[in-house]
Amino acid sequence: MSTVLSVRGLDKRFGAVVAADALSLDIAPGQKVSLIGANGAGKTTFVNMVTGYLKPDSGSITLDGIDIGRRSPRSVARLGISRSFQIPQLFIELTAAENLAVAVSGMQARTLSLVSPAEAGGRRDKAIELLQRFGLANLADRPISELAGGVRKLIDIAMALVRRPKLLLLDEPTSGVSAEEKFATMDRVIHAVAPDAATIVFVEHDMEIVSRYADRVVAFYSGRILADGNPQDVLKDPEVRRYVTGGAQ
Amino acid sequence: MRQVHPLVMLVPVIAATLFGRMLPTWTLSLATIAASNALVALGIVVLARTGNVSFGQGLVFAAGGYGVALIANSWGITDAVAQMLIGAVCGGLIGLAIGPLISRYSGIFFGMLTLALSMVFYGALVKTTVLGGSDGFNVVRPSLFGISFVDPREADFMLYAVSVVTTGLAGIAAAVLFRSEFGLASLAVRENNLRVEYLGISANRIITINFVIAAVFAGASGAFALMAQRHIDPQFAYWTTSGEFVFVAVLAGYQSVAAVFVASLALELVRSFSNLYLPNTWQLVLGVFLLAVILFLPRGIGSLWTRQRRKRAESSAATSTAAEEGVAS
Repeated sequence: MSTVLSVRGLDKRFGAVVAADALSLDIAPGQKVSLIGANGAGKTTFVNMVTGYLKPDSGSITLDGIDIGRRSPRSVARLGISRSFQIPQLFIELTAAENLAVAVSGMQARTLSLVSPAEAGGRRDKAIELLQRFGLANLADRPISELAGGVRKLIDIAMALVRRPKLLLLDEPTSGVSAEEKFATMDRVIHAVAPDAATIVFVEHDMEIVSRYADRVVAFYSGRILADGNPQDVLKDPEVRRYVTGGAQ
Repeated sequence: MRQVHPLVMLVPVIAATLFGRMLPTWTLSLATIAASNALVALGIVVLARTGNVSFGQGLVFAAGGYGVALIANSWGITDAVAQMLIGAVCGGLIGLAIGPLISRYSGIFFGMLTLALSMVFYGALVKTTVLGGSDGFNVVRPSLFGISFVDPREADFMLYAVSVVTTGLAGIAAAVLFRSEFGLASLAVRENNLRVEYLGISANRIITINFVIAAVFAGASGAFALMAQRHIDPQFAYWTTSGEFVFVAVLAGYQSVAAVFVASLALELVRSFSNLYLPNTWQLVLGVFLLAVILFLPRGIGSLWTRQRRKRAESSAATSTAAEEGVAS
């Protein structure tokens, strides 16, 4: 089986807290993998290590065979891993289009121009095209500070998509979104990501979202992988029901 | 939002230069100092767009001044434009040397580090007897393109014209920079430098480049201050000198280039008149002036017109959206 991401023997401790305990995981191209687990199980630490924000104490992380375990977030992003955040990390005084224009500048691997206008060079067109994919083109010129939390979440994901990543990591894409809107939000995300055919790994607490959108589920508990497989099997696993879902699903 | 073409911005620069012919002699030197200070403050504003304020621009200001003074005295270079360019190069070189080091820090740590470096430089200058120690040393009156100016008014006007043109051109360059791809990324660094890194852009490099630009401006300004006073001493690097530049930048805000010039001129006018009419309490007047700006214009003098422009742009965008919806239905 070809793999996009391969993780071997990953360890990470914060003092006495074990956030990753000999984690090993392979992710194949095109998969939609959901990471589930209680708070503190190690999901976000895993995402932070894969994206270069945290360095593992030991173990290896490879992307398409390239070791990325010691690289910076910038270097990891350039190699093809993008992420969105549980709390959207946007430039709140800039408009939606300007946020995406910065992301487009980052994608165009070259020195930033000190003269070329910010939204020239196809940057605004690309920004609008991405906003259209998420149904947000009408908000292009609104500052982020004026936009609702759900919209910010989608723009955060749109920014991660600009690079057409090989691997897209979404940290709780529906957190903060109302129960009525969560499926619509996730539908928009899946629809928007589809043209780039990225492999998706998403951290999620909502088991309805997990069972509906993931084709593989990895359950975390105390920095270890408790179960790994298709959603039906993992969500029925007695240990997962006991330690992760608490009987949900 | 409709923006003024950079070439159109040359008009007020030329007008301000010619206006100098009508100014009384005493205001010429005041305006020269205002333009020179505006140049350093402009650099601070450029840097502030990344979220970092330098409390030690006196370092590069003094480096520019001392560099010019030493070269002028050693090689006999008296041309005002050449001296300004030498000052800019000296400032830029210092910026290149320390920019990559301090770009790793942010916020108050960045500010304190720049202040510390400027005070180390100040201490070194005071102890260096070859450079005149705390007394400094003098330089000869500047010339322009081989013309020496004997008449003091003509000499003052020449310096006024060169400083206004230089500061004006720097302002135009800054306006282009603010609108550029790099300028937008600088604002992004100020808002969220971690996200900038996750987008594959080096936040440190952006801060370094902005710091070097600010250093070039401060170096050139140091040259003007030297030419205006025909004397240099370690006071150029002292923290109160740096504080004055930050004062102008705070007054101006970071949204408008024109605001820097208005703020610098306002500061010089307030200082001159309060010094004249309230000689013992002029610092108090300056403090009240700054407090009033912070209270009523927390984003600086520039927000007076950038806020209006944004409101107009938003209302026209709302009108066009409504019109499009009307056509669609």
